[in-house]
Amino acid sequence: MKLSGSDIVVRTLVEQGVDVVFGYPGGTVIDIYDSLYKYSDELRHVLVAHEQGAAHAADGYARATGRPGVCIATSGPGATNLVTGIATSFLDSTPLVAITGNVPWSQIGTDSFQEIDITGITLPVTKHNYFIGDVRDIAPTLREAFRLARSGRPGPVLVDIAKDAQRATCDFEPLEAPVEPDPVAPYEGDLLPEVAMCINKSSRPYVYCGGGTIASGAEEQVARLAEVIDAPIATSLMGVSAISSDNPRLLGMEGMHGHYAATKAMAAADCIIALGVRFNDRSTGDRHSFAQGTRIVHIDIDESELSKNIPDTYDLKGDLALTLDRLIPLLEETTHPDWDATIASLREEERACEDAREGLTPANVMRELDRRLTPDVPVVTDVGQHQMWASQMLTFRRPRSFITSGGLGTMGFGLGAAIGASLGTHDRVVLVIGDGGFGMCMTELATAVTNRVPVTILLLNNGVLGMVRQQQRFICDGRYSNTDLDRRTDFVAVARGFGAEAERVSSVEELGRALGRALAAEGPYLVECPIDKDELVLPMMLPGGTLDNLITRGDE
Amino acid sequence: MQRYTLAILVKNEFGVLNRVTSMFRRRMFNISCLTVSETESPRFSRITVIFDGEDQAKRQLVSQLHKLPDIVGVKEFEKGASVSSELMLIKMDYDAADRHAVLDLVDAFDAKILDYTRDAVVIQVTGDTPKIDAFIDLMRDYRILEICRTGVVSLERGATVMRKVTKL
Repeated sequence: MKLSGSDIVVRTLVEQGVDVVFGYPGGTVIDIYDSLYKYSDELRHVLVAHEQGAAHAADGYARATGRPGVCIATSGPGATNLVTGIATSFLDSTPLVAITGNVPWSQIGTDSFQEIDITGITLPVTKHNYFIGDVRDIAPTLREAFRLARSGRPGPVLVDIAKDAQRATCDFEPLEAPVEPDPVAPYEGDLLPEVAMCINKSSRPYVYCGGGTIASGAEEQVARLAEVIDAPIATSLMGVSAISSDNPRLLGMEGMHGHYAATKAMAAADCIIALGVRFNDRSTGDRHSFAQGTRIVHIDIDESELSKNIPDTYDLKGDLALTLDRLIPLLEETTHPDWDATIASLREEERACEDAREGLTPANVMRELDRRLTPDVPVVTDVGQHQMWASQMLTFRRPRSFITSGGLGTMGFGLGAAIGASLGTHDRVVLVIGDGGFGMCMTELATAVTNRVPVTILLLNNGVLGMVRQQQRFICDGRYSNTDLDRRTDFVAVARGFGAEAERVSSVEELGRALGRALAAEGPYLVECPIDKDELVLPMMLPGGTLDNLITRGDE
Repeated sequence: MQRYTLAILVKNEFGVLNRVTSMFRRRMFNISCLTVSETESPRFSRITVIFDGEDQAKRQLVSQLHKLPDIVGVKEFEKGASVSSELMLIKMDYDAADRHAVLDLVDAFDAKILDYTRDAVVIQVTGDTPKIDAFIDLMRDYRILEICRTGVVSLERGATVMRKVTKL
């Protein structure tokens, strides 16, 4: 059948199994929006307040479901507003397809109204991108974009379509099924026996897993590996929720603000088995002193991550789940009583540092939230102190139940991502966010209200940009340059102004009751919780510091 | 520091060179020499890159190249198993006193004079990089006006064909 390019865009999205897209109309996507109108019973379009929100929503959708998220924006400012969201997706390897319109092909390169070279701009933050000037390329290119976004290490792909290609017509035959990502393969080299020997000989093994565990669906294999070799498990920030908090081997997150025992044990290990992680500087501290003399077995689907930041002893390129399926049978079932004792005493030291104060401390707020959450509710965060408190103190029982901007650390990610996660899972989500980040993305409350998104927003309001302020305390001798906000925003009134429900609490008891109401509400519900501005995220490794040198007390 | 020669076969599409060089730039790879040209097939272009660095950095470079969807093959040339050549045009001020010396060097290097006027001479030299560097060095005794080099192109010795190695 002959269809217009814009119809082909929508038909191809439906063919690829997309059920919801996030976007904002404009001059060069007016035809795509006409087609969205025509096919609105087959594809839901969620109108956002700002294109950045659309990109974060598509990203949140992808993180919660594992399926590619899709966002649409017009040329020029619409397209540039997507960029932060695309970069966020790129740094955390989530499957995303961004579609932008552009001016007619004949006007490209002439600085037309709202013309921008978005493929040039997004070159460093996409897996790949395409410019389409010919209607016949639309369906095959979009299919290729979906294949690429999902294949190997997932990532964002941008497709920029000239307006005249959207208006032209050509034949279109839908595929019977969505395109498949490239088949995954295990590590296929001959190092496995040697790797197994290295792990078998280790007396202080340490399993360290990241976002690749979730992408590969390897959580069972990772847990099994740790069981067989009697090792503790720690995660990177992106690996939080990969391993159930019920697993007694889980030490939590390691790194700059990781759990004390997880971070210290990493420094004490003699063999780190690194699974779907990339040894980011927030995880390792000073790279040159990291893991000196420690053997590192590194498995990742992306070969370029192997020995990129830290020289590995063994580089194994392959799908994590499939590679572990081959490695585990070669390992000896063993125990390490001395190592277990070391871990136990590190846990003991960690417990001694626990915050036992009463009142609305970050720890009590997180405990109260955790108590009220059911395991199926994903928690989304923004970026900052609240993000670290949530990752440290909440418990998670299934992968994809913790959604956060790890690599790019994008403030303003939270609300858009929460909306996308909720619409992707057709279920409730909780957003933990600070007043700084909320100030960046709260316009998306409009989207949440219109679409009756059941998102519980726990707003930790300390009136400061706490994470930067905390660093200023240690690095700038307490010169708090532009981190004390001194704003007069009434967040409850703002939320109500958008049409959401909202309340403010002043005690843990009130918080509990408010969360009860919020978690039962049908639409967005904001709970504002005051936090003292001098609260710190602890432990803390200073930038460029080392794993065994952690600040555990505010007065250090 | 080692010197590595890489041949990169890419889809002959708009913007591919930009994608490759953008990756070099953002990951701070130190590329000493880069040439791009058409190949025996209109579907592909061939990029020759000379990279100076450590083995680990070279491996990182190759694996980052493999991640670009427009790249269809990367081959590292081992020393001795490949032939390389470049071409240089050099314009010399043609002072009467220096004429004989310059012409002697043109002969000795098997170079060619492409343009000859009263004031200047344009010489073409081909060969491997050390030969061209040596020629420039000798010419510094006289007055060099301009230099333009093509950069290195390389092929493997023997009958191997990159397009076949990468199964295209």
